[in-house]
Amino acid sequence: MLDKNGIAKRIAKEVQDGYYVNLGIGIPTLVANYVRDDIEVEFQSENGVLGMGPFPFEGEEDADIINAGKQTITTLPGASFFDSAMSFAMIRGQHVDLTILGAMEVSENGDIANWKIPGKMVKGMGGAMDLVASAENIIVAMMHTNRAGESKLLKNCSLPLTGVGCVKKIVTNMAVIEVTSKGFKLLERAPGVSVDDIKNATEGALIIEGDIPEMKL
Amino acid sequence: MINKKVDNISEALKGVSDNMTFMFGGFGLSGIPENAIADLVKRNIKGLTCISNNAGVDDFGLGLLLHQKQIKKMVSSYVGENDEFERQMLSGELDVELIPQGTLAERCRAAQAGFPAIYTPAGYGTEVAEGKETREFDGKMYVLEHAFKADFAFVKAWKGDAAGNLIFKGTARNFNPVMCGAAKITVAEVEELVPVGELDPNQIHIPGIFVQRIFQGEMYEKRIEQLTVRQKA
Repeated sequence: MLDKNGIAKRIAKEVQDGYYVNLGIGIPTLVANYVRDDIEVEFQSENGVLGMGPFPFEGEEDADIINAGKQTITTLPGASFFDSAMSFAMIRGQHVDLTILGAMEVSENGDIANWKIPGKMVKGMGGAMDLVASAENIIVAMMHTNRAGESKLLKNCSLPLTGVGCVKKIVTNMAVIEVTSKGFKLLERAPGVSVDDIKNATEGALIIEGDIPEMKL
Repeated sequence: MINKKVDNISEALKGVSDNMTFMFGGFGLSGIPENAIADLVKRNIKGLTCISNNAGVDDFGLGLLLHQKQIKKMVSSYVGENDEFERQMLSGELDVELIPQGTLAERCRAAQAGFPAIYTPAGYGTEVAEGKETREFDGKMYVLEHAFKADFAFVKAWKGDAAGNLIFKGTARNFNPVMCGAAKITVAEVEELVPVGELDPNQIHIPGIFVQRIFQGEMYEKRIEQLTVRQKA
């Protein structure tokens, strides 16, 4: 079973040379720590920066330079700033190559819910609806089950949707899963996790073909 | 040069009244029009509809207007980090319209650019699209979203001049440029009001034509919401 950093590490392997990448808040933010350093990647943050660098050293923070999680950041050589309309032009116009975001639920047809729990939590969708409606390449980073131990990979989402039929790949603490027209296709298992464990933790249709290899991190 | 400079905050906010619709630039607490917000708090006008990506925090930004119950309705994309907001929303005191962030930006830009509405794929198939016109283009579904109509846009820039030209800094740019000229009156406050001619015309982000009033803000706290640093090795 992976922890959050393990999930981020596995997703980092999906990031390719020359990619512009948008990272969501939470586990996705950690992915930047594990991207191979022999490839060129630029991180976009929807509040208006391309070419995000690491967090600043103490005392070097600037209130005018933050990421979408409102954290202070730095920029790398070649970075640029822009307004919100241009930021979403990058996203909606499919100029961003890879979007990695968290989710509360994903359904077997690729629907995603991650912005609202009616009556309990309403924080808003931020940029998530724009991201999932436009991105060709969306990876969801999340735990396989919720705090109550219930599957987050469902036949149908129970929460209000963020987008329909958009998720292509899911990396959880237990597995790597591809969303296909027939349901969740199991690609890889996390270290120490069996196919049966994954089956038991997945409510939606799970397609298992042949031997399922263990993830290489 | 057409002079947009006003001498003080009270002249800058002349004409604001109850039940108006205001736009506020900023993302989180970065790039918010701190001086305009402080003056609106002082004036204690009520029944406001506020278009802003976020709603501030409990004791800063638009949170100050929420605290005095001056806001009737918020139009935002993300409203976390604000307990008073949550309380007013759940109790029904505050009307909230949550819309995707890109849609928020584009509804501002549409107002600025003279488009009555735009089609966006964001929110299709979700509750955001309920009751809205949808249409297929090249096999993909889009939602019709209307341009905002606002009485005032309050924006904050780094530098500006009396002609109303603006330059923004870093990610404090965010929604500020798209709100300029998107309301009947755009009020720009700047950290530094420089003499006309000092700003390089090549570097200007927003030309003065989109700004009706400009003033130098008295002070900026520029509060950091999530101070995040790394340790020196």
